[in-house]
Amino acid sequence: MIINKVRAPIALFAVLFTLWLLLSGTLAIDVLAIGLLVSFAIAFLLRDSSVLYAEPHPTPIAFLAVVLYFFYFLKELVKSNIMVAGIVLTPSMPINPGIVKVRTRLKSRSGRLLLANSITLTPGTLTVELRDEWLYIHWITVESTDIDVVTARIVAGFERYLEVIYG
Amino acid sequence: MGIILDVIGGLLLIGGASFLVVCGLGLIRMPDLFTRIQAGTKATTLGTLLTLVGATCLRPEWGIELLLIGLFTFFTNPLSSHVLARAAHRSGVRKLSTMKVDRLAEDTGGES
Repeated sequence: MIINKVRAPIALFAVLFTLWLLLSGTLAIDVLAIGLLVSFAIAFLLRDSSVLYAEPHPTPIAFLAVVLYFFYFLKELVKSNIMVAGIVLTPSMPINPGIVKVRTRLKSRSGRLLLANSITLTPGTLTVELRDEWLYIHWITVESTDIDVVTARIVAGFERYLEVIYG
Repeated sequence: MGIILDVIGGLLLIGGASFLVVCGLGLIRMPDLFTRIQAGTKATTLGTLLTLVGATCLRPEWGIELLLIGLFTFFTNPLSSHVLARAAHRSGVRKLSTMKVDRLAEDTGGES
């Protein structure tokens, strides 16, 4: 992938420089110069291991999917946090923990990373192990152990957006 | 305008703090390691988020830095809880747990 060889360090550079801008919070020329220099040096040194940064598609539809994904994620986060808080506050503790297995259709590494992270961030589910296309998820209220049912329940919502972003 | 923001920020801080208290309670009440990870490290996400948003309402000029803190939390929090859970599962803590099904142990033949 010759195009990724060029795109990945540029993407890494953009990420680093944006973070620098946000952290420093000024537009003074010397601060900007240091940021440019350091970001460029890091991106250059890590040019071979920065492939992850080039995996999202740089298209308008993918960008829209990122925004929609963010709002879907926030909705899930609030919903599941309230659910877990409810479980903790119920005197009888209605939990049924277990580890279930799900399959993802995502091929790219960073796509799977983001999926596993999202699943872990939403309370009630916790990614314990990731093997190829299989994710092992600790679920605090196991409703089913069938792979297809669980995949539809936990993974499908996030996957719908991530598929557009990573293809 | 300032007063309204102060009130909203204060309410958000109270909301965030209550979620964190519930998480602490969960840490004590949950029966085994995995469920405790669930309560302790992850249910804090909304608590932290609400606290950060509340602080942003009180001090709008800190907004960008607080946003970055939230971003770092979102990327590091799941990593640490995932690594804790994986290490625990590999070193055999699951034998002490209350899990009814364990597909991972089935697939690794109980070894791994």
